[in-house]
Order: sequence, then C-alpha cells, then structure tokens
Amino acid sequence: MLDGRGSVKRKLGARLWLSGTWLGLMAVLALLAPWISPHDPLAQDLFAGRLPPFWLDGADPAFLLGTDSLGRDVLTRILHGARIAFSVALIAGLATAFVGSLLGLLAGYMRGWVDVVISRLVEIWMAFPPVLFAILLIAVLGTGLTSIIIAIVVIDWTRFCRVVRAEAMNQSAMDYVSSAIVAGRPRRDILWREILPNVLPTIVALLTLEMGIAVIVEAILSFVNLSISTDAPTWGGMIAEGRTSIHQAWWVLAFPLGVLFLTVLSFSQFGEGLKDRFDPVLR
Amino acid sequence: MKLLRAILVRLMTMSVTLIGAAVVVFFVIRVVPGNPIAMMLPPGATEDDVARLTALYGLDKSIIEQFWIWLTGVVQGDFGTSISLRQPVMPLVLGRLPATLELAIFALVIAVVLGGALALTGVRHRETRTETAVDVANGVGLSIPDFLWALILIVLFGVLMPVFHISGRISPSLDLPFVTQFYVFESVARLRFDLWWDLLKHMFMPALALAIPLAAIISQLLKQSLKETMHLDYVTLSRTKGYGENHVILSEALPNAVLPTLTLIGVQFTFLIGGTVIIERLFSYEGLGNMAIDAVINRDLPLIQGIVIVFALLFTLINLAVDMMYALLNPRLRHA
Repeated sequence: MLDGRGSVKRKLGARLWLSGTWLGLMAVLALLAPWISPHDPLAQDLFAGRLPPFWLDGADPAFLLGTDSLGRDVLTRILHGARIAFSVALIAGLATAFVGSLLGLLAGYMRGWVDVVISRLVEIWMAFPPVLFAILLIAVLGTGLTSIIIAIVVIDWTRFCRVVRAEAMNQSAMDYVSSAIVAGRPRRDILWREILPNVLPTIVALLTLEMGIAVIVEAILSFVNLSISTDAPTWGGMIAEGRTSIHQAWWVLAFPLGVLFLTVLSFSQFGEGLKDRFDPVLR
Repeated sequence: MKLLRAILVRLMTMSVTLIGAAVVVFFVIRVVPGNPIAMMLPPGATEDDVARLTALYGLDKSIIEQFWIWLTGVVQGDFGTSISLRQPVMPLVLGRLPATLELAIFALVIAVVLGGALALTGVRHRETRTETAVDVANGVGLSIPDFLWALILIVLFGVLMPVFHISGRISPSLDLPFVTQFYVFESVARLRFDLWWDLLKHMFMPALALAIPLAAIISQLLKQSLKETMHLDYVTLSRTKGYGENHVILSEALPNAVLPTLTLIGVQFTFLIGGTVIIERLFSYEGLGNMAIDAVINRDLPLIQGIVIVFALLFTLINLAVDMMYALLNPRLRHA
C-alpha cells in the first residue's frame, strides 16, 4: 500500500516537472522573442516562400523550420506567437478566475436569492455553444487582444463559478465555519478569511486549466480570422494559413500545431498535477 | 406524482433559461457595429432604398419593439427572414440541423465505443502496464480539445496518410436521391450503401475529433466506477462461484457501474454539440455551425438568433432527457 502511494507520488512529480519545464521554457522564449528570433516576424520574402524545414531538400539553413507562402520565417513567428498566447493566457485566465470565483463564492456562501440569480445566469450561459458565443462577442467588440480577453472572461466565468460555488457550499457546512459563526465573527470576515483560503487551491488548479483554454480560444478566433490582424504572428493565424496550403507546405501547419498541442497539454497536466498535490489524501 | 411535479418544475426553469438566452443573444447582437442593410445593397443605392429595406426588415423600430415582434413570431414558429440569404430562417435552420445531428450522433457512438473499450481494457488488465497506458491515453484525450484533435487528424489522415476525406459532407459528383436532410439514415433506408459509405468516410474525421475528448471522459469515469464495483461483495461472490474474469466484469460489474457514466454522457453530449460549430468549419461540413459562423460574419441578425435559439433548445432538451432517464434508471429515485 505504501509502495503504491509512493509510485503514484513519483508519477505526479514527473507530470508536474515535465509540464512545468515546457511552460517555463515557452514563457522565457516568449519574453526573449524579439532578441532571439532569427528574423523579423512580419518580413516577407516572396523569393523564399514555402521553404521546407532544415532536414529536407531545398531548405535554407537560415530558416530552420522553413517559411510560409509569403516567405516569413516559421520559427520566428512561433516565438512571437508565444508572446501573444502567453499574454492572453495570463490576463484572461486571471480575470476569468477573479470574476467566476467571486460570483461562485457569493452564491455558495450567501445562498438565498443571490444564489438563485447567479445559478440561473450560469444555466442560461450553459445553453450557448461557447465557440459561437465567442465569435458573436468578437463581432460585437471588434477584433484585437482586449476583445479576445473580454470574450474569454464573458464566456468562461461559469467554469469557475460552478466549481467554486459547490466548494464554498461544502466548506460552509464544516465545523470550523460553524464555530466561527458561534464566535460571532462577521459574515464577510468568515467568507474572506476562512472559506476563501480553503477554496483557493481549487481556484489555482482551475486557473492553469483556464490558461490552456484561453490559448485555444485565441487560436480558434485567429482561425476564423477574428483575432488580431491577419498579419500578426499568432499560432491560430499560422494554423489557419497552414490549413489552406497543407498539401504544398505541411510544416506551416505542423510546427505551430505541435507547439500549441504541447502547451495546452502542459497547462492541463500542470493544473491536474497541482490539484493532486493539494489533495490531502495523496499528500 | 412527485416525478410529475419534478418534470413540471424542470419545464418551468427550462423556459426561463430559453427566454433568458433569447434576451441575451437578441440584445448582444443589436450592439454589433456594421449595418447589414448596407451590405445587401449594390453600390450606388439611394438613401430611399436603404430606408425602404430597413423598414422591410423592421430595423427602424426600437430595440424593445423589435424584440417583442421577434418573440411573438418565435412562439408561433416564425424566426423571421435571413438578411444575407433572403429566405425564411426556419427552413434554413431545419435544412442544416439534420447534418449537425447526424455528425453529433455519429461522434457520440464513436465516443461510447472507444471510451467503453478503453475502460474495459484498463479494468481487465488492472495494475499492469496496460492500465497505465489507458490512464495516459485518457489524460491526453481529456487535455486536448476537439479543435486541436481535428487539426491533428487533418495532418495525419488527410495529408500524410490520405485515407479519409477532410472536406465536405458527401462527394459532390454523386447523384443524390434524398428527400430528407438526414442523409445517413435515408441512405440506409433506401439500401444505397454506396452513398452511406461515402457519407461515413466524410464524417469519420470530424466525428472522431469530436469524440476523442468525450471518449476519454467516459473511459476515465467508467473505469473508476468499475474498479470500485469490483471490490463489492456480490462481485467477489460470483468470482467464488467460478465465473471467469470477463464474465464478472461484463455481466456483474458493468450493469451496476454504468449509471454515473450514462448521466455524464448526457451532460457532455451538449458540449460535443457545441463543438460542432468550429469542427464543421474546419472540415467544410455543411451543418448548422458552419452556417452560424457565416451568419456572424455577414451580420445576419435574424439567422444568428434563430440558430442560437435552436442550439439552446437542443441543449435544454438533452438536459431534460438526461434527468428523466436518470430518474427512470435509478431505483432509489424511481421508488422515492
């Protein structure tokens, strides 16, 4: 039994380390992108269009991962795309976590009509297909980074709200809350000082999951051409461009897709790993 | 009696949800900048033309008035006229809905088969490398959303090993004898298995992309509840009776472990249908979601409203069906 738990622990450790390393690496690369990129992400060179990656015939070693149909360097655009992806992930993730958790805490702790109103709102929100809702919002707000972040918050706050509400309800039923009430602590005090710290691990784990989702939403919106501008180096935009020329130049699609895949996988595994790490039974 | 009352309460909250959804979408899209009327007219149209067309589509009235006209129409089954396609919204939406439903149902079937097979394999070979492999597959399947699976499938089976179609619903060269929009069902009914096969070959990639995340969820939950059931006394009893491991898992443990998974499938099915919007776009599949994206790009307000309401209705109906199924299947609730 003890051995079994040890191996589970090791597995969890490896998961956190692997995903954490990839995310850390991408974050550093994103920060340093303007200085370490071999080319300008927007520089076109029509004579160097659709060059294959370095190990294939006809490659130019100056363009390690090849070029797209306009002759822009794929590696450079992936690095600059990481800046956009990670900014969106961080800002949209935190904002969504804040809005959703706040409403979830209020609904789960206050109960009564507050809970009825918030829960009904969540139910209405769940009746929309999220991708369609996102596209609709971007059509309303206009394209651009701010609009994408607002759209993610508006769509995904329910994800935090549902979980945090249930968790806050669980915590409220526990003895330490009852004793705090008996001790005459004000309600607001109990919510922020007693319940919130106990719900926080759940929120943090959800936050990393949400960051992965934010990266995907940005990619989807770039894909339907509603993200920033068609020129800006976003992973989704590169994927959309690569999709149209997939039979002539598969690398334009495959490399950003691979990076996006590993990043989303890492965000999710990091979140799952954190959730288990916070779990007192496994700890 | 209790069940009847529960259903009535559910129907009430359902209509509140639907009206709420209608209000949200109606007012959100009225804020959209860009004039749909201007996009309909050729350059050089006079201001008179613009005014006439605006009045024709009722866009000159106040938003509250527009909402009231639209809502009374919807209740009578009239969703207005599409601005970009110049046809009534209702037949347009109903014409596309079957394609989306067929895709979603096919994806659901794949997910159940794939997820069930994975879970059973994991339990049959529990505490071996096979179970670890199943766990890893579940973890990856869960982490990656359908959009990315679709792209990966396009690269793998559309380009590197081109075995499946990655675009459209059916080969355009074929003659279509269909009178309904349910092509898959109708091709079987007409015994036209050549068409049926062509349809499936087109649907397989998008359906698989939609199915993988759901299959992982099914596999994870079913495996967990199977493993819990395997420790119960009655399972041990049937093992002492000398039944083989396969019999114990399939005939004894599975029937009792399957209920939570069934409920979950219902809820997750609505997420799967939501995913069809972008997946249809990726595979140029002529369904409702693809039409929805075009409608947003064309600022076609009546069409957007109609599609969103149909999606919302579908989601709430599925949730209702899941709740009722759960009440019917769960003996504790049935006799309550």
